[in-house]
Amino acid sequence: MSGRERILGRVRRALADVPPDDTPYEQVVRRDYLREHGDRTVGQTVELLAENLADYRAVVHRCTEGELPSLIARLLTEREAGSVLVPPGLETGWLAGTRVTRVADRAESTPDDLDRVDSVVTACAVAIAETGTLVLDGGPDQGRRRISLVPDHHICVVRVPEQVVSSVPQALERLDPGRPLTWISGPSATSDIELDRVEGVHGPRTLEVVLVG
Amino acid sequence: MSGTFIGMPVFPPPTHPAFPKAAREAVRNPTLRGNLRHATHTIRAKRAKAVAELSDWDRLREAGRLIKDHTLRHLERHLLRLEESVTAAGGTVHWAADADEANRIVAGLVKATGESEVVKVKSMATQEIGLNEALEAEGIRAYETDLAELIVQLGKDRPSHILVPAIHRNRGEIRDIFREEMGRWGRPAPEGLTDTPAELAEAARLHLREKFLRAKVGISGANFMVAETGTLVVVESEGNGRMCLTLPETLISVVGIEKVVPTWRDLEVFLQTLPRSSTAERMNPYTSMWTGTTDEDGPSAFHLVLLDNGRTDTLADQVGRQALRCIRCSACLNVCPVYERAGGHAYGSVYPGPIGAILSPQLRGTESEIDASLPYASSLCGACYEVCPVAIDIPEVLVHLRERVVEGGVTVRQGNKVVLKPAKGHAAERAAMRAARWTFSHPGALRTGQRLASRTRRLQPRTLPGPGKAWSGTRDLPAVPAEPFRDWWQRTHGGKDGAE
Repeated sequence: MSGRERILGRVRRALADVPPDDTPYEQVVRRDYLREHGDRTVGQTVELLAENLADYRAVVHRCTEGELPSLIARLLTEREAGSVLVPPGLETGWLAGTRVTRVADRAESTPDDLDRVDSVVTACAVAIAETGTLVLDGGPDQGRRRISLVPDHHICVVRVPEQVVSSVPQALERLDPGRPLTWISGPSATSDIELDRVEGVHGPRTLEVVLVG
Repeated sequence: MSGTFIGMPVFPPPTHPAFPKAAREAVRNPTLRGNLRHATHTIRAKRAKAVAELSDWDRLREAGRLIKDHTLRHLERHLLRLEESVTAAGGTVHWAADADEANRIVAGLVKATGESEVVKVKSMATQEIGLNEALEAEGIRAYETDLAELIVQLGKDRPSHILVPAIHRNRGEIRDIFREEMGRWGRPAPEGLTDTPAELAEAARLHLREKFLRAKVGISGANFMVAETGTLVVVESEGNGRMCLTLPETLISVVGIEKVVPTWRDLEVFLQTLPRSSTAERMNPYTSMWTGTTDEDGPSAFHLVLLDNGRTDTLADQVGRQALRCIRCSACLNVCPVYERAGGHAYGSVYPGPIGAILSPQLRGTESEIDASLPYASSLCGACYEVCPVAIDIPEVLVHLRERVVEGGVTVRQGNKVVLKPAKGHAAERAAMRAARWTFSHPGALRTGQRLASRTRRLQPRTLPGPGKAWSGTRDLPAVPAEPFRDWWQRTHGGKDGAE
């Protein structure tokens, strides 16, 4: 007998005491919990996002669409970045203010190639205010999962208020489970040493978030 | 029903000493107690604050309970749907009835790639089945990449907490382990390494980075598997998970069958309750979700190994099956007064603390010395139930398992019904209970006995002789009152109803 048949047979026998039940799943689970916590205006939701991002040690910047190229240029200069990874669909204007060497997000790049790049600039799919979370879904302006992982400095651009939701339930509604998703809440961190939080173990040690709008 | 007496521990055979013995050693170690006390109290206070931010916590907890219970009641349907979705998304599903089968499958998959090294993201399931040791026997070296797991692996130690496996080590001990052991596994610790957490984390980063960048095979567990979509979810903090899940060409995930949830929407409950219950954060730094394989992004081959290893036996127990709701947040460990003093190692399994005390004896059976002692590793204070985000009534299951240990009876092991004999060590307890049963059903004898006890109260010892000695070794005998309650009632109320 295969492992599959053996396990499924055991499951059936183990549940022999459970009466058959045809109630639809959506009626069984009461979803009377909140869709979002608190009553906020759109502006307050964006403000909460900024606060919660900063609380987990992301560096938050705000600017208008027009100021974005010069802000990104300044952040790369302050970081003394020699090279920057660029997802294929990133808006070309965003990097118009900088002359830092651009490295394309290519399938054939090895992890070692990516490790030699200083910074990465991406967009995001959605941002969650209550938890201070950015979600990347691998879209053309975000690139492969690894490009926001290997370089030590990540600049993520969020369009406010369009890309901001209040809560986790609202974020899941907007996301496509068929895409690879990366949820980022602050930079890489560990609390494994006496529960002291230390930023940066394997992912980027610096996360800068630019709220544009 | 075919009844088979299982006299020997079945699988795996735990040779760990019983909980009281292991705990006695642990409570005499002041460093360990200090480390544990600091850690559990810190995280306990933070968790309460994080939970208080959500005014609908009780409703989220109830929804989590209902989702998990429904899933378990219809487990076959959800597992089949999961298999279909994962396969449709380009993954391959394997089924492993026990640890041996799972280890064989994983070793075979690694060998097929031609690799002899794998990187691992922390996984309770692979620890439970002893995967690292099984791979080592096949000539495959597995590198743990979670910082705490790295500390444990380099220190040739065992994890002592679900979430913070090196919680029993302080920074000085960690520095010493890094200095002495890192060089044997790869890049040595930097010269002059101090014990500041930032420097220790940096040393781990440098040491592991060379492994991540060359790894061709990654091994993980998963926090959730969505039947509807075939999506797997891993929740972590350091980015080692993302490294293992995205850089290798082949990804093998070993996941217990109870980790399935029916729908995508169900994640909205657990992604709110898990981080706040475990690390006491609004959200953990990184969560990865993948559905099969994605062209040119992440591993090109994905294998899911669905693990039973005692879970269906647990499912067969009408009281005990609720332990399978567990989402491994570890909140119950951090509030447990017994865990805080005894530490994780005393529990003799990868699942320590209150949840371990009910999960291990169900996954492995109660036949071994350690597993028969685990249902007693609790004061039944109920704090674990209060904090559990899926409302597992741990005290209820503890009492149920105590009854099984003392009385024996019918249970399920490896899919077969077996009859357990009463445990040997509890003969005195059973005799006492039999005597009590007779006495309480003979009111005259009870009255005479109580009066006699009151009159001789000054002569009675504070400890018990004979088989009762062990019990009174850690407790004082209650003082006998000067007058039995029944006599007092008769005297003050004259046998009439006090409400008059």
